[in-house]
Amino acid sequence: MNRSINRRDALAFGVGLTASAFALSLGLPAHATADDVNRRLMELAGGSTPQTGRIRLNTPEIAENGNTVPVSVEVDSAMSGDDMVRSVTLFADGNPNPEVVTFHFTALSGAARANTRMRLAKTQNVVAIALMADGSSFMDSKLVKVTIGGCGG
Amino acid sequence: MANKPRVKVPKTAAAGEVITIKTLIAHKMESGVRRDSDGNVIPRMIINRFAAEFNGQPVFEADMHGAISANPYMEFSAKVEESGTFQFTWVDDEGTVYTTDKKITIA
Repeated sequence: MNRSINRRDALAFGVGLTASAFALSLGLPAHATADDVNRRLMELAGGSTPQTGRIRLNTPEIAENGNTVPVSVEVDSAMSGDDMVRSVTLFADGNPNPEVVTFHFTALSGAARANTRMRLAKTQNVVAIALMADGSSFMDSKLVKVTIGGCGG
Repeated sequence: MANKPRVKVPKTAAAGEVITIKTLIAHKMESGVRRDSDGNVIPRMIINRFAAEFNGQPVFEADMHGAISANPYMEFSAKVEESGTFQFTWVDDEGTVYTTDKKITIA
């Protein structure tokens, strides 16, 4: 196929080149990928397949400032006996390091819910996985559009 | 450096009530991916662990990474069956420990 280079290709190539040259010159850390996050999810789930439901991840749809993005997570659970949430881990698949935080719950927690503020380097998916005492796991994810990136990237 | 942490716990609760606790501590949470003007990586210096206990029993813990914002905020729940004291602990990368506690009475 003999396709001449059109304006869009040339522009995209130029932008890509500039961006990568810029990244190289600054020695910016490579960002995590969805694959990194999936691998970590599978490690945490330890053989069980994470199911959807029971866990709700709440993030703003658009975060104007990536330096402080409110995030809350809640899991439906009686938090007693076998019906117990052991932990919830948050990942961000476009940050330099995908790990964000792990919350550990006990019977004294009363409810498996937590709320914090995180940094997002760019627009990306935030993933939450809950590990239950019976070995099952549940996950939820949200896309957050970031206007100004955090992490000093 | 970190200042005295701020914690909000209700003064009283009904037996068995699930209360909400809010905590905030001043800390720059240097993520370890930023560079100074000479291009050197600024070493990571964050609070990496937070723990809440009630009368010596664990209630809630958090393992934090560089993606937690400066002045880390944590909001979570606790079920109180008896009067007692919540103890809150933050530990940073240099091993500095910050603690505070709050009493609660069963009305």
